[in-house]
Amino acid sequence: MKIKNLFCSLAFAAGTVLLPTSLMAGDSVTITNEVKIDNFSFGPQTVTVTVGTKVTWINKDDIPHTVTSDSKLFASRALDTDDKFSFTFKSPGTNNYYCSMHPKMTGKIIVK
Amino acid sequence: MKNKKFTELRHLPADNEHLEHNTGTDGVDRRGFLKCMAWAGTGMLWTVSGGVLASKILNPTSASAADAPMMGGFNFVQISDSHIGFNKAANPDVVATLKEAIARINALPAAPDFILHTGDLSHLSEAEEFDTLEQLLKTTKAGKIFYVPGEHDVLNDNGKQFRDRFGKDTKGDGWFSFDHNGVHFIGLVNVMNLKAGGLGSLGQEQLEWLEDDVAHLADSTPIVVFAHVPLWTIYPDWGWGTDDAAQALSYLKRFGSVTVLNGHIHQVQQKIEGNVHFHTAMSTAFPQPQPGAAPSPGPMKVPAEKLRSLLGLTTVNFVPGDKNLAVVDSTLAGA
Repeated sequence: MKIKNLFCSLAFAAGTVLLPTSLMAGDSVTITNEVKIDNFSFGPQTVTVTVGTKVTWINKDDIPHTVTSDSKLFASRALDTDDKFSFTFKSPGTNNYYCSMHPKMTGKIIVK
Repeated sequence: MKNKKFTELRHLPADNEHLEHNTGTDGVDRRGFLKCMAWAGTGMLWTVSGGVLASKILNPTSASAADAPMMGGFNFVQISDSHIGFNKAANPDVVATLKEAIARINALPAAPDFILHTGDLSHLSEAEEFDTLEQLLKTTKAGKIFYVPGEHDVLNDNGKQFRDRFGKDTKGDGWFSFDHNGVHFIGLVNVMNLKAGGLGSLGQEQLEWLEDDVAHLADSTPIVVFAHVPLWTIYPDWGWGTDDAAQALSYLKRFGSVTVLNGHIHQVQQKIEGNVHFHTAMSTAFPQPQPGAAPSPGPMKVPAEKLRSLLGLTTVNFVPGDKNLAVVDSTLAGA
């Protein structure tokens, strides 16, 4: 996470960004709120965030993809190369998602 | 040599992988048949007639009466994966290569009765992409064009625009069938409502329709099935297969001649299983890697001078009395 973003987020509301101090010891957490779509996969495949975090996906492939949650909580339009999609997670839980064009592509956002 | 180029682009599996049942009585063994099929891509047209494998060289520049289909026979063309709207390095000008494919169709010695487009007409389901595709294909010398959607054609609106433009008289998500000179053609849709972690999908409603559609047909009716995603499992890691294809094929088991034509994977692959001949076509836009040959199935960048040897179209010839339809792939390379 860039320093500028961190300051910006802190100014608005503590807890809306990933702060390692807010997590319990022993949690395995990927410190990011960006998912890169590359080579027909979501990376990192599993991202853990706190409630209120906005997660952004960016497509780095030459082929369009979608970000579609299994539960229909969120669904992007087709993302062409370098297109982005964001969703803010307002409640805790595990959100499985996939690409509706290439359903072998799956990922997970865990909200704590 | 032209021949060399063609053999390079083929991935013919070891015959013991896929030719489980050689029920034919044509005297051609498995290995021999596969060799013949490999050669089909060199521009030879193979037909099986009275048990004798016959060939002739496909040469669009030397049209003659002898090349015209026999009485009652006919030919049609399959094109696939035009991806109008794609502009990345693998092919910055997909309109130009589609135009070249159309020129090849229009130069065939016998104009095809119709064209089948097996999906991914567009890259992003944009109206202007569909417009361009439609206008270009109007310049083909073919009576009619039939379409099934690829996953790129049903984005953002569950395929409504595609069906409004290209599937007016279809059922459900765009499936349909028609008869032509005694052959029953079935267009299927396997790019909708895909499940996380899964492959292509036909769905229960379409399967029920299919079972009913073929119920009244005699076993001797030649069947041609076409759909975007392969109806046989080529490489599941890349999603190259259809989850419920086996169910669909079970309805076709009793027929003596079934030809399955697919796209999606932007390369020629084929398999013979019993009476079913599976075949995938090249794209007119960009090639994709052979199964597992790259980290992902994304567009394959090749040197500019090689691109057209990996793009092309498929011509299918039906001769009454012959068990198998002759399926011939030709690339955009060469004269």
